[in-house]
Amino acid sequence: MLDDFVIRAVLAGLMVAVVAGPLGAFVVWRRMAYFGDTVSHSALLGVALGFLLGLNLNLLVTVVCVTVAVLLVFLQRRQELASDTLLGILAHSALSLGMVAVAFVEGLRVDLMAYLFGDILAVTRGDLAAIAIGGLLALVLLTILWRPLLAITVHEEIARVEGVPVLPVRLGLMLLIAVVIASAMQVVGVLLITALMIIPAATARRFARTPEEMGLLAAGFGVLAVLLGIWGSFSHDTPTGPSIVVAAMLVFVVLQFLPFSRSHHPQAPPPE
Amino acid sequence: MGTAGALGATIAAGTLYYIEMTEANRERRARGRTADPVLIEASDLGLVRNGRTILDGVSLSIRRGQVVVVIGPNGAGKTSLLRVLLGLWEPSSGQLYRGRRLRVGYMPQRIQVDPILPLSVRRFLTLRHRAPLPRLREGLRQVGVPHLLDAPIQTLSGGEMQRVLLARALLGEPDLLVLDEPAQGVDVAGQGEVFNLIDRLRRDTGCGVLMVSHELHLVMAAADVVMCINQHVCCTGRPEEVSRHPEYQQLFPDAGLHGIGVYTHHHNHVHDLTGEVKPVGEATENSDDAR
Repeated sequence: MLDDFVIRAVLAGLMVAVVAGPLGAFVVWRRMAYFGDTVSHSALLGVALGFLLGLNLNLLVTVVCVTVAVLLVFLQRRQELASDTLLGILAHSALSLGMVAVAFVEGLRVDLMAYLFGDILAVTRGDLAAIAIGGLLALVLLTILWRPLLAITVHEEIARVEGVPVLPVRLGLMLLIAVVIASAMQVVGVLLITALMIIPAATARRFARTPEEMGLLAAGFGVLAVLLGIWGSFSHDTPTGPSIVVAAMLVFVVLQFLPFSRSHHPQAPPPE
Repeated sequence: MGTAGALGATIAAGTLYYIEMTEANRERRARGRTADPVLIEASDLGLVRNGRTILDGVSLSIRRGQVVVVIGPNGAGKTSLLRVLLGLWEPSSGQLYRGRRLRVGYMPQRIQVDPILPLSVRRFLTLRHRAPLPRLREGLRQVGVPHLLDAPIQTLSGGEMQRVLLARALLGEPDLLVLDEPAQGVDVAGQGEVFNLIDRLRRDTGCGVLMVSHELHLVMAAADVVMCINQHVCCTGRPEEVSRHPEYQQLFPDAGLHGIGVYTHHHNHVHDLTGEVKPVGEATENSDDAR
């Protein structure tokens, strides 16, 4: 029988991968990779606030991520600064603010490396429960939002004219990303969460014909990356979080070179 | 019943609209859709964005079964006007009335779907309104591209995309069809088809049509009301009246030289002669005075 902490690590990794895959598809479709980075970089601020206020860390990280995400949505509507500029300002300010805030908490010795790169082997039963609840919540919300999200991703104005409540749906997506980041933080850390969302989704693209296929395949490739990464980390004694991301990258690279064709992709069927 | 109330109010106002009596409308009322003969009514709309006046004192109304075409030079604010009427942008001033539960089919100028998103035409058509396969096939056949059902959306040419967009707008069974440059990128034979289709649809379903177009001669043939704008309303009226208007001739000097074939046609509808619609001559003078 495997050690208990290994089982917990694998379970945590798998749960995160299953949610991060389909959600990552939206991050890729909507070109939100940098957005994910920004939100995750603010997670550290949540950790510091959690210590300061003596509250549950997962909860505060989620709250801070959601706040930053919502703030971003509204700042982007003003359109005075380009989106990437705005994200650049927020991402690095949030990360620095978090680190400065951590330094201000007296007597606190936060293992910074653990937050930046994850500490999946230290996952407790409580963490596992939090990840499970967060993950389940995220999957349910994602299922409800899937169609309207897809509609606004393809063309936001047509969707709005056809009656999709655009702002609530977009806020819902932000909430989802924040929840997933808060849960995934322990697995790969705040610096690498985005990788766990976008690499499996990008890997899935060439094998998928529908958005749903791409989401499911992304979950599958995420699971593969987590298993390979944890195994590699054990056999080569490497940091687990980065190992998972390296595994995801290797899967992506290998599958890019795999010869593969599907009848309808990428060419259109010949006209009648 | 809100719809019955609306009908009552219409009769109380002393006006009975012919178009109200059609089968399509009876069915529409039964399904709880807007039964108001006026789909959209805008008065004195103004739009200022980033300190620049884009629209100034624009008024128009679109009724069921009516084809209203907006023309004007580049930068005249045609697309902006559509956006305001669609509710995508808030007007800076003026009033906008939209019929209750108005169903709008919108066809934007062009759309591009990122290749990273795997999406077939079939899926694209049903993004908002689920529909059985035969209806999708019928919808695509109507716009002349039945073979594209399973094609990835990114592989379509500009003209094919326009047709697919039109098919999607129609699948929602709209009360009002809003088209931004519907013939752009469509070949000449296709343009005729598209306009014929639009004309047939408004007769069959009684929907209103609002479109922006550059294809002056085709537009003139299809329109009930033509509105020529350049931030303000330059002139508005039936196609043959607008084409004789000095401001129109000033904006489109070539149009006069090549002699646009204005196709004058008769309608058995009464809506353009009755009710609250301003007499065409008066509206034209007013908009001129405002300048």
